[in-house]
Amino acid sequence: MATESTAKAFTPDPEFLLQVRNLKEYFPITTGFMKTTMLKAVDDVSFDIRKGETLGLVGESGCGKTTIGRTILQLYKPTAGEIWFKGKKIDSKESLREFRRQAQMVFQDPYSSLNPRMTVADIVAEPIDVHKMYTNKKDREARIHELMNLVGLNTEHATRYAHEFSGGQRQRIGIARALASQPEFIVCDEPVSALDVSIQAQVINMLEDLQARLGLTYLFIAHDISVVKHISNRIAVMYLGHMMELASANELTKHPVHPYTVSLMSAVPIPDPKVSRRQQRIVLKGDVPSPLKVPEGCPFRPRCERATEACAKTCPAMREVAPGHFAACHNL
Amino acid sequence: MSLLEVQDLHTSFFTSAGEVKAVNGLSFRLEKGKVLGIVGESGSGKSVTAYSVLQILTHPGRIVSGSIRFRDEELVGKSDAEMREIRGNKISIIFQDPMTSLNPTFTIGNQLEEAILLHTNRNKKQAEERAVEMLKLVGISEPEKRIRQYAYELSGGMRQRVMIAMALACEPDILIADEPTTALDVTIQAQILELILDLQKKMGMAVIMITHDMGVIAQICDEVIVMYAGSVCERGTADAIFYHPCHEYTKGLMRSIPDMNDDEKKKLIPIAGTPIDLLHMPPGCPFAPRCDRAMKICLQEKAKEYWVGHNHLSACWQNIRDGICSTERPEEEEEEA
Amino acid sequence: MSEKKKLKNPLSLQIDPDLFREATEEEKKQQVTMRESISFMRDALRRLRKNKIAMISLFVIIIIALIAFIVPTFYPYTYTKQDVTAQNLGPFQYSAKEQMKIDKGISVFPHIMGTDNLGRDYAIRVIYGTRISLLVGIFSALIVIIIGIFYGSISGFFGGKVDMVMMRIVDIIYSLPDVLIVILLSVAIKDWVSTSKSELIARLGAGMVSIFIVFGLLYWVSMARQVRGQVLSIKQQEYVLASRAIGASPARIIRKHMIPNCVSVIIIIAAMQIPSAIFTESFLSFLGLGVSVPMPSLGSLASEARTALRSYPYQLIFPALAIFLIVLSFNLLGNGLRDAFDPKLRN
Repeated sequence: MATESTAKAFTPDPEFLLQVRNLKEYFPITTGFMKTTMLKAVDDVSFDIRKGETLGLVGESGCGKTTIGRTILQLYKPTAGEIWFKGKKIDSKESLREFRRQAQMVFQDPYSSLNPRMTVADIVAEPIDVHKMYTNKKDREARIHELMNLVGLNTEHATRYAHEFSGGQRQRIGIARALASQPEFIVCDEPVSALDVSIQAQVINMLEDLQARLGLTYLFIAHDISVVKHISNRIAVMYLGHMMELASANELTKHPVHPYTVSLMSAVPIPDPKVSRRQQRIVLKGDVPSPLKVPEGCPFRPRCERATEACAKTCPAMREVAPGHFAACHNL
Repeated sequence: MSLLEVQDLHTSFFTSAGEVKAVNGLSFRLEKGKVLGIVGESGSGKSVTAYSVLQILTHPGRIVSGSIRFRDEELVGKSDAEMREIRGNKISIIFQDPMTSLNPTFTIGNQLEEAILLHTNRNKKQAEERAVEMLKLVGISEPEKRIRQYAYELSGGMRQRVMIAMALACEPDILIADEPTTALDVTIQAQILELILDLQKKMGMAVIMITHDMGVIAQICDEVIVMYAGSVCERGTADAIFYHPCHEYTKGLMRSIPDMNDDEKKKLIPIAGTPIDLLHMPPGCPFAPRCDRAMKICLQEKAKEYWVGHNHLSACWQNIRDGICSTERPEEEEEEA
Repeated sequence: MSEKKKLKNPLSLQIDPDLFREATEEEKKQQVTMRESISFMRDALRRLRKNKIAMISLFVIIIIALIAFIVPTFYPYTYTKQDVTAQNLGPFQYSAKEQMKIDKGISVFPHIMGTDNLGRDYAIRVIYGTRISLLVGIFSALIVIIIGIFYGSISGFFGGKVDMVMMRIVDIIYSLPDVLIVILLSVAIKDWVSTSKSELIARLGAGMVSIFIVFGLLYWVSMARQVRGQVLSIKQQEYVLASRAIGASPARIIRKHMIPNCVSVIIIIAAMQIPSAIFTESFLSFLGLGVSVPMPSLGSLASEARTALRSYPYQLIFPALAIFLIVLSFNLLGNGLRDAFDPKLRN
């Protein structure tokens, strides 16, 4: 998929809801007096999401996973690349307006993602207000109550302010807001990372229920691999702005092939003392390099034990190593 | 004699809205060379427990009652000057965020040497040698160069290593690690956990690991305390807690963690409801309002801690009803297959 | 299970077995209390009401304002009326002429604070001075709020080059010396003021008019800076990002998200601006740059009293006390407002 040449005109596949081709997002960063360096947050990433599926996106901080989510929703203007939604390219103002209604986002921080001066009803109704999706006041209120019921919030609390709720309830408010414009596609940007374990499970279950009931498609971004594994059909692994591996959730966690994914999986702490004691950990040496100084060739090369000369020269492209299992490594 | 013995500790924050009972009757023992994990969600009082031991609580928090004995020496009621002799020297702490715990205006060498000079009678030169030695010990390459750098020049994992070097410079008897890997990525977390375990074995110290991550607990802890809303739910060896949880909260917590090794998609079983408001603590078990097996008595009265195994105590009325607990410590049982 | 029998059950047999029946959902729910719903404004005002010092200050300010604006309407003396027979009287003293009237049985209103060297009732002059001071304070707060919010939010929201240019202008204004400009301006507009058709402008005099102009030109910059800073930080909040993801327009984002979250900063800065403006006005009037005679100001009253300080110290004490009370109460109230509205202190 990523190997497909950009020169060839892209023809959208109706099987997929969202198709991303050669997406690049660079940010100019002032590194000194009158000097700017390009921060390559996302560098040449391509992937597809089927209708009704959940694609998990994992990676460590600074790998560009949040940037991908925001760039897809056009919160950042892509430096290069194409985004196709339901067979239409998102490039004009009209296509963007329609896309804004059909694609929504759930944010990580349940505190900063809700305006502290607005009531729950007003927060949930913001998409309805912006897109004028109601006929009269009564209609608007009915929609708000419907949405609050959908995410398991007590409708009596509609006039309360967000700061009066606990983290889990606030995340429910955020999800209700994302659902208000009846979207088909939702980017979940670390929606449970800030929540306690017992509350995490509530929100994960709710996201799964909503997907089943409303036929939603998710791009689920998180750093917690066990959570991503639980909710996703397929998982993509990112490292320093590049996609390293993409496979079905079970395949990727059981049989990872990319050296980075292998060490990432072995580093996940398993909540079972006996398994944990038996676990063979591959502890990576060194730190993730700064995204301002991405190494030449394969970005993982300096920490990789299997690195060869070829790795220093060219950046490996994604290729299919098993049916539906893609990886970007020279040594496979 | 245990290295550290905490008896019926009560710590409260006296806010303008009322008393917040952050730690509500906690007891535990820590033996030499052991790793004790304290696990709980936000507001469970796990960090406050650590701050109480070191008496670094910030206003309006203070220890209301209880005893903390370190090597048979009572710490509660000691003056700040006396506590300073213990802090950093006998008992050290590392925090969650290594950026805010390092002073940005001094080099890391300055800060390391300061910690060494404060508690030992080394001179300036010896302190510098010790600083280099410590950095080498925590796996920092080119330590001679690093001691002249500032905190912002290091990565998150590197900073946490420096914090560990500072905490261990005086070879403390106890290292308290307050969520040391929460701010770090998984691969860096693996490095730091391995380092802590490695140094713990080398130096023979005891570690109190405070975390919300059951995975971290399983990986490094010998013993575990499970806390909820300031109260102890159960405590015992890691195996006892993970394989024979005897408190409804622990059981619920285990059920709500996604299983990595599961092939089929199983639905998670979450704990219903929201965390309790610490300002309006119910009279009974703090977990009762969210517990799906709660009984009338759970809402009225907090259960006391009783033995449910040789190395396992639990405070749950279910055990009392089912008659599987005792006031006396049972004999050691043979490990089940 | 045979092993378990060996365990001694801690449960005494007297306990009511009924207690071990499952609790109902209602019983569980009763224990979960949700705190009462309260909006940010009401919460802040509640905290302000709890602050005793701030409430006392507010009370003092209200009393002073009532005296300054109501008393002159029925007070028997005016600030211009001279009485050569009643020069430099002490508080509650009467001139020979007034004493004669009293002896005849005609009631004479006492000079509560005495009179000045021209025989004008001092109390009414201090009250008029206070009035001027309060007007200057309110006027400068209004200017600061209107220009500051507008300028600051535009600069912060659009950012980039717009922000750069607008903030350099602020830097320039910040570096201008206000006292010097008042002096220069009052000289420059002297002719225009004296020939002005507007009675109000003529009565205030060139000094006072230039004080108002200078406050209007210079005093909004700190508010603009604060609002800009606040807007910049709000811009980073995820709820603004969420609003953009929904497709909201910049106007909606400013109206719904930016301004409501700036309210605390606006209130705090405006409250802090008032005492500083009052103080500057008094100081300028003391130097003789403020109101023109016969209009009194607390500063000019204090200045005039200086010449006869040894003989009539009360002529300095009364205006000084008034300045002190006004500035102190506004400062303490400002502190109280900051504590009540600063979101950082919220739990």
